[in-house]
Amino acid sequence: MTDQSAYNFAYLDEQTKRMIRRAILKGVAIPGYQVPFASREMPMPYGWGTGGVQVTAACLVPEDRLKVIDQGADDTTNAVSIRRFFQRTAGVAVTEATEEATVIQTRHRIPETPLTEGQILVYQVPIPEPLRFLEPRETETRKMHELEDYGLMHVKLYEDISRHGQIATAYDYPVKVEGRYVMDPSPIPKFDNPKLVGNAAIQLFGAGREQRIYALPPYSEAISLDFEDYPFAASKADHACDLCAAPDSYLDEVITDDQGSRMFVCSDTDFCASRRKAGHVGPMGTPMAGG
Amino acid sequence: MTPEALLGGFADAPRQSARAFRAALESMARPGTLWSVEGAAPPAPLSVAAGVLILTLCDGTTPLHLGASCDLPVVREWVTFHTGAPLVTADEAQFALGTWADLTPVDRFAIGLPDYPDRAATLIVEMPSLENKGPRLTGPGIKVVAHLSLPETSAFRANRALFPQGFDTYLTSGAQVAGLPRSTIVEAV
Repeated sequence: MTDQSAYNFAYLDEQTKRMIRRAILKGVAIPGYQVPFASREMPMPYGWGTGGVQVTAACLVPEDRLKVIDQGADDTTNAVSIRRFFQRTAGVAVTEATEEATVIQTRHRIPETPLTEGQILVYQVPIPEPLRFLEPRETETRKMHELEDYGLMHVKLYEDISRHGQIATAYDYPVKVEGRYVMDPSPIPKFDNPKLVGNAAIQLFGAGREQRIYALPPYSEAISLDFEDYPFAASKADHACDLCAAPDSYLDEVITDDQGSRMFVCSDTDFCASRRKAGHVGPMGTPMAGG
Repeated sequence: MTPEALLGGFADAPRQSARAFRAALESMARPGTLWSVEGAAPPAPLSVAAGVLILTLCDGTTPLHLGASCDLPVVREWVTFHTGAPLVTADEAQFALGTWADLTPVDRFAIGLPDYPDRAATLIVEMPSLENKGPRLTGPGIKVVAHLSLPETSAFRANRALFPQGFDTYLTSGAQVAGLPRSTIVEAV
């Protein structure tokens, strides 16, 4: 890529951005409903966040400070390349600190630090249709959403219970938005589902290959589907972070050798690093210089 | 075409429309909040905010209905020159612009289909003023309760009853804009 002056601001042409922006606004007006949009080819393959990138491109203003995370981490390939993409094509400032960011594009996590008004969280979504693996035909799933016919989803959760003794769905856990549409919150761990609810930030979801945009306005209700006798429970590894000792953050299990040794670390790298800078040290961590 | 119709567009469309869209997004996502926009100088009687919304959201693919008080030659020329939006009757419109008196009865506008509720009109209602007083708003995007000086409540209550179908509304006055999505529950106070 050459310098940013060779590109329109935020890469996409204005006609495309208007089309995406209109879809976003309709998505915000109908929380949880998947708005079809004419997804464009982006300079990265489908599956690498093309939907999220298009939504981010349509939302960015020159004054924004962008954070990009992949599974909670700021320093993984996908996050680094998308961040650099917008540094070059939009000239926006970037950050790794959740509280400093105005737009956060995420793959599969919601940051541990609570979001605030003025922030936008953009999710990369692989399969936006929560009913897709239960009913492959788009014509049928569209009719099911129209008729609010979500019995099949409850059957799936029930089958989980009958097979495994509990609801075994651990990520991509369906939610019912504002009492109307059942929505796929993208493959975030179900640990993050409670953070969807009543969030002060605007949450936008972009699925590039599947050509859908949907949204959760701030302070929306998103109830994780469950049963009275098997209530929804946000789960995580029963451990504290080995680096920062956080007892309440979502953890990745990391295999450290071929002898079965392993460690649990926060999946949110910014959260973990800021805790370590504040002096929290886990059993396998070393003190970090204060920031 | 009058020279006036050629003026008043964005000088730096990518950046100005990006900032305008952020205000449009925040206002639709947080009903009852007021946002300022800038960058357009549309011919009278259009407000700056209405002009900015038209420039930011409309193009050759979005049929636009002009209410009677806006349906002047200079406005038609301005919209056509800057956006290329086809000017249509209310029932065909994806966007509609006018005063509340122009746009009523609002049941003329598209409310989307049961399986595609997004195919609904967006109304841009020119208001003499906008303030956080009057009807009570609750629903998605509102933490507890908000107030907004709406032109009336019954039409918006009827629209909410159609949910998830229904039209969405922007209210504009001068440089100010407020959003009222179909999801908002409106009550007179």
